[in-house]
Formats: sequence, C-alpha cells, structure tokens
Amino acid sequence: MTKSVLTEIGAKPLPQETHSCWSCGSMRAAHFCESCGKVQPPAPSDYFAFFGLPLKLNVDITALEKDFYALSRKLHPDLSAGSGSNEKEQEWSLEQSSMLNDAYRTLKDPIKRTQYLLHLEGVELEEQSKSATEKARATGEIKKQIVPPDLLEEVFELNMHLEELRMNKKVGDDDPALFEEIGKAKLSLETKHAALLQELQAYWKEWDGLIDRGAEVSSAERAQVRDKMVDVLNRRNYIRNLVRDVNEAMEN
Amino acid sequence: MATDRIVGIDLGTTNSLVAFMQGDTPVVIPGDDGLNLLPSVVALDSNNHPVVGNAARSALIDKPERAVYSIKRLMGRGSEDIQEELKLFPFRLADDLQAGEVLRITLGDKTFTPPEISALILRQLKRNAERFFGEAVTKAVITVPAYFNDAQRQATKDAGRIAGLEVLRLINEPTAASLAYGLDKKQNGIVAVYDFGGGTFDISILKLHDGIFEVIATNGDTHLGGDDIDNLLITIALDDIRGDLGLDLRRNAEAVQAIRKAVIDAKIALSSESSIKLDIELPGGQHYRREIRREQHEQLIQPVIDRTVGPCKQAMKDASLKPEQIDEVVLVGGSTRIPKVRALVKELFRREPHTGLNPDEVVALGAAVQANILGGGSEATENMLLLDVTPLSLGIEVAGGVTDKIILRNSTIPASATQHYTTQIDGQTNVAIHVLQGERELATDCRSLARFDLKGIPPMAAGIPRVEVKFLIDANGILHVSAREQRSGKEAEIQVVPSYGLTDDQVEGMILDSFDNAEEDFRKRQLIEARAETTTILAALEKGKKSPAWGALTTDEKKKIAKMEKSLAAVNAEEDYQAIRKAIDALNQGTTRLAELMMDTAVSTALKGKNMDDTDLGEGPTAPHPMAKAEFE
Repeated sequence: MTKSVLTEIGAKPLPQETHSCWSCGSMRAAHFCESCGKVQPPAPSDYFAFFGLPLKLNVDITALEKDFYALSRKLHPDLSAGSGSNEKEQEWSLEQSSMLNDAYRTLKDPIKRTQYLLHLEGVELEEQSKSATEKARATGEIKKQIVPPDLLEEVFELNMHLEELRMNKKVGDDDPALFEEIGKAKLSLETKHAALLQELQAYWKEWDGLIDRGAEVSSAERAQVRDKMVDVLNRRNYIRNLVRDVNEAMEN
Repeated sequence: MATDRIVGIDLGTTNSLVAFMQGDTPVVIPGDDGLNLLPSVVALDSNNHPVVGNAARSALIDKPERAVYSIKRLMGRGSEDIQEELKLFPFRLADDLQAGEVLRITLGDKTFTPPEISALILRQLKRNAERFFGEAVTKAVITVPAYFNDAQRQATKDAGRIAGLEVLRLINEPTAASLAYGLDKKQNGIVAVYDFGGGTFDISILKLHDGIFEVIATNGDTHLGGDDIDNLLITIALDDIRGDLGLDLRRNAEAVQAIRKAVIDAKIALSSESSIKLDIELPGGQHYRREIRREQHEQLIQPVIDRTVGPCKQAMKDASLKPEQIDEVVLVGGSTRIPKVRALVKELFRREPHTGLNPDEVVALGAAVQANILGGGSEATENMLLLDVTPLSLGIEVAGGVTDKIILRNSTIPASATQHYTTQIDGQTNVAIHVLQGERELATDCRSLARFDLKGIPPMAAGIPRVEVKFLIDANGILHVSAREQRSGKEAEIQVVPSYGLTDDQVEGMILDSFDNAEEDFRKRQLIEARAETTTILAALEKGKKSPAWGALTTDEKKKIAKMEKSLAAVNAEEDYQAIRKAIDALNQGTTRLAELMMDTAVSTALKGKNMDDTDLGEGPTAPHPMAKAEFE
C-alpha cells in the first residue's frame, strides 16, 4: 500500500492498459504514457481504480497523497498549456486532472470515501436525504428526522435548552447556567460522534475482509456490512447536524 | 524549441505591471517612463485617443469626466450590484444602459465596457513588453483576486482577448505571490498569504511540498482594499470642509479628485510619519488645512482593516488549521505597508509576518513564474506545480428556490460534478438549469452565473429522458458545461445566457476594432524605430569614414562596408522593419574593426594631450542598439 501508484500501475496492468500510446505507440500506463509521458484519453473508471486501489475502505492516506502529487505532475493542464501540445491533449489533460482531483478529494476524507463506496454499491445516501427534503418542502411539512432511539431523551432536552437560549438572546438575557448545560450536551454529542467513527472503522475492517476473500463472498454478506455502514452514517449525520445547530445557537 | 514569449501580468485595481522570467529570476518590465508600476487609470485625450497610466492620472484632476480609475471594481458585475460603488466612485454609467446589459462607462462622449477599459491597460502593458523585447507579445498569464467569481474571471479573460492577448491562464493573486516566494525560499511547510491591495482582499493558505504549491483554503472580499480607506478619508474631509468652511464639494468632481490625491498622499506618509499636515487648495482659493496624527488615522481606518479578520478566520477553519500550525505569513499588496495592518496580522496569526517581498511587485513576478511553467519550464521552475482551488461553491437551483451545491468551495481545480435531469411533461424537449455561485442557502442570495437551456431532448414520456449534465471548473476557475441525453445518446444542445458578461460575438467585435489596430500600430512603431536607428548608424559611419581609422582598413574591408551600407539604404526605403533590422545588424558586424580602430585612435589622441571633444565618437557603430539585449535571449 505504501508503494506509489506509478510503479504499481507499471507492475500490475489495469484492463485499459492494453492500449498503446496515441503519440509514441508504446504500451502505456492508464493515465499517461510511461515512455513519452503524454497524457492519454480518459477511460471510464471509479475513483478507487483511478488510483489503482482495490475497493477497500482502509486507505493509506500518506501514500494516497504521494500518488496524488505524482499523478498531478503528469496530468495537470499547466504541463500541456504551452506550445507543443494540441487542443485534444489539453482537453484530455483537463478531464484527467479533474478526475484525479475529484477522486483524491473523495478518497482522502473517511466519510466521503465510505459514502462513495456505498454509492458504487447502489446506496444513495445523499439522494435519500435530498428527496426527503424536497418532498417535505413541496408538501409544506417539516422534514421528519428519525431520531436514533438511544438519543431520544438527550435530544429532547437539548432542543428545549436551545429554544430557551434563542429566546434569551432575543430579549438580550444571559443565562450562564443554561450556556453551561448546552456546552455539556455538546461535549456528550461530540463524544458520541467520535465513537460512531470508531464503529465505522470496525465495519471498514469487515468490508475489507470480504474484498480479500474475493469471489466466494455472497451478496447477502456484502449487504449485511453495507447496511451497518449506512446505519452508522445516518446516525452520524444526525449528530453532526445537531452539533452544527448548537454551534450556531451559541455563536449568534 | 522556440517557444513564444509568455508574459505575466498583474492587472491591479490601482496599479498594473508586466513581468517575465529572465533566466532564473522573474523581473518587472518598466514602461517608457522607466517606472515599473502603470497606474490603472484610463483617460481620453482631446483627440479621443485613449491614454493609460501617469498621463491619464493627470487628466483625472484636470478633466475628471474623461478619466476612469479602479475599473476592476466593475469587472463582471451588473448594474444592480454596484449601487454601493456608484456612491463612492465617480463612475459615470452610460445614459442608455438597459437592464441586464453589460455595464458601459462614459468617457468624454464615448462609452466603454469594463473589459474594454481593462483591455486598454493590458494593451499598454503589452506594448511596454514589446518595446522591451523588440518583438510582438501575444500570450500572457493574468492574475485575478482569488475570491473573484466566474463572471469576474470571464470578464478578465475577455479583456485579455480584446487587448490581443491569448490568456493562457488566469492565476489567483495570492497564489502567484506564493510562487515568487517559494521560488526564492524553497522550503516545505504551510504558508498563509495575506493580500490586501487597492481594491480587493484575499487570504490563501497553501501547503508547499517539494515544488508543489497546493492551496488548502482561500477566502476574501473582492470589494475591500486601499480604495475603501481612501473613500473613508475623502468622506471625512468633505464633511469637515462642509462644516468648517460651509462649502459642499461633493458634486465637484475636480475638487473631489484633488482631495483624493491629498488624502492618499497623507495615508502613505502616515505609514512612516507620526503626524502629517494636510493642506488642500479648494476652488475659490480657500485652503483646507488639518493636522492628522497617526493614532487618529489608525482609529479612523480600523473598521476597514478589521473586515479582513473574518475571511482569515474562515480560511483557517476551512483548512482545519490553527494559527500555530502556519509556518509563515506572507504580506502582499500596497495596503500591507500600513503599520496597523501588520499589527493586526501579527495578532491574528500570532507571529511576525514576512515582509521581505516587494508588496507591489510580487504578484506580477509570480505571474511571470507561472508563465514560465506554462511555457515548458526552466531549470528554476522545473519542479514547480500549482494546485489551486475554487473560492466559491458552485450550485444549481432546485425546487423551492434552494441552492443545491455540487462543487464545494476550496475544491482543487480542475474539478467536476455530474447531475442528472429529466422532464416533467410528456414530450418536453427543453430543460432550464440555473447555475449559481456562492455559499448561501437560497438561490436569490447566491450569484447567478448563467441560465442554461438544455434543448433538443428527444420527445419522450415525462420522467423517461435522462440528461447527464457535466459541470467542469477549469484551471482558470471558469465553468464549462456539457450535456448528453443518455437514453438516445444525443448530445443535448446548451444555450448559455451569461447573467453578466459579454457574448462571444461581442468580444469578437471588440477585438477586431482594437486588435487590428494594435498589430498595425506595432508594425508602424517598429518601422519608425528601425529607421531612426538606420539614421544613427549611417551618421556614425560617415564620421568613421572621416576619422584616421578609416585609412587603416583594407580596400576589401572598405568595399564590404560600402556594399552593406548600400543594402541598408535600400531596405530602409521599404516597409519591412525586420529586413531593416537585419541590415543594421549586418552593418554593425561589418564595422566592428573600424569601431575598434576608432577607439584606439581616440585613446592615443587623448594620450597626446588632445581634448577628447575634438574626437567625436558619436554613438558609434558598436553602441549596443536598444532592441537587441543579448542577455534576454
């Protein structure tokens, strides 16, 4: 994993690599030609494959950054902007490097990476919440948040406090005890948030184990780990939104 | 490989500069007045010819209705978002301006769009560079404030095209500064660039890593700069004058400009003096006198400079960095000369800022570095690569007038996002898309970039078509959109209506007007200069022929010189300046020995005790002519 993708791609060819370079005719690496360095036309690929990575959730971030820099030095449009490269090359370079940037941005962030993998697995977390928001807006209803059961009591109390704080702010009152109370609740939420991330990492391990076993894994096994991750992400989003509300109320 | 020369241009609110890479070092190209800074002021002379820079600056006081400054404030903006600007700046909008039309500014009896005025500044810089190199300059890297939105960037690119420049890259000003800084320092670490200029403020936080300049976060205010300090001081002076002398000068453009000049001078002086005496002669001969102490001045301007705090804090938050994690804070822009600004930066970042760069020139120097990288690089820039970000989130308006963000701010560019659309009515063939830029929830609070009409969708039942729209922000920070209907595989046609900006055709028209002239102007100038040189060299040769050194030449040498002289005279009568230049060079070469002999004669004459004045060397055939500076090759 610590090995650079540049050498890895050379050693272990990806499917699209059977092509030859449009410019010098040599066998080429996926994104640029190892012989002459020319950027190649972009081939459809997911973000993991773009970096030559398996569909695993534990990613060596240091190695990823190194590969990102190395690939940037090959693909960035600045390198083909001057004379000596044609319009087609510049277009490929633009597309390849935007793909590189999109992939790096997604994979380096643990939550975005998990969401992306779930998207590849057919789960659309974002769209679920988006369509729920839109539906709520269209019908004029308040969007129903499913409160995780273990949080019910805490959230109820916190919302009361927040409401009180907002009212105080309106009339210019200051209640240090209330402020402290909310601060405590926020701390508790942040602790829960950290615990959820740990839980998520445990599922990463389970998922990566499935990938290592390869073809023998049943789709039911995959679905089981997948659903656990979806559940953690949903709970995490809920807590994150709550913390954001608290921060806003405390700052204003 | 012969590459075209690419220059770096800092198109500033107050001053503009052009620079290029000389060997391993970026240098600024001076104007014909010998100065590096070209004031970003444009005026029309009495013949309606545009003049730029210091010449235009004097018009600002004599004939304010024929001059314009700080045009950068209007780039890429619509009439409804410049109401504040109109109160503070003497911009005279065209009377016949229609709603939704690109702004036009009146100068004398002509009108110009902001990109056209900027193009006049760019053309002056282009000419300065051409004079310096002795050849046409057609490619440039131009800097923009990091916080410029898509429309402002597009307007800058249009200005370049109008000026006859191919804009190879727009680069963010603080990032440019970091390139110049990094070229010099070659250190890894986290650097914050605090860029407080004439009209804009930017803060960028970068990670420098083995030649890669990766921007982590950027923030700013495109309407916050030295201008705002000046306007505050002008307002105070006008109020004073009204109170003390009972004179209302607010509508007197000439008096306002005189006051503006005086308070700017005072502001600059107060960066080094503890107090200054203001003395302004007003129309009618009265004087406005006032002593200003630095503490008073600092108190007055505090609210303006405090506005830089919010963006700095936001940038650190976005970068997930605390002040202690930043290794160096680099100051850029003229306003960072103000001691109070330096004190604020020190407090904010808890460290002494780096002030080793010339805050007026470093952005242009960085643009020259980027120009060099784009041109294929050199030994000094070989390993350098800039990874910049988009300063503002890109979004789409969805049901309920809400902004759905699809590319978040501080994403490394180029960046892309894909959205899918369908139809709501059977047989519908068009879908309208509204593209927004900004951080706010509601579409009306964001900047409208463009409305796209997806056309030519094959008629199908509602909800069946699946149109994939790809949004791509390029390395200039400018948006491109492409669309495809996936069921039919048909490319959907996109019609772009930029919310504020020139259409391609409009820009095209403006180019033809000025570009043709620019090329013709360049040729004419070159011809005049080449012919002047012919006169000089032939006169020098005549003198040489009369000197004793002439006798020392062989007949063969004399014959050769005569032949070259004749061919120079012949091409000099033609219109081809390059041929003239070639003939001059040939004659220069051919008379080297004559020049040496003349020099020897001069020296021995001097030794004999004669007066040097008697031996007039003239400019001498070997005097290096101003166009061929060997060290730039």
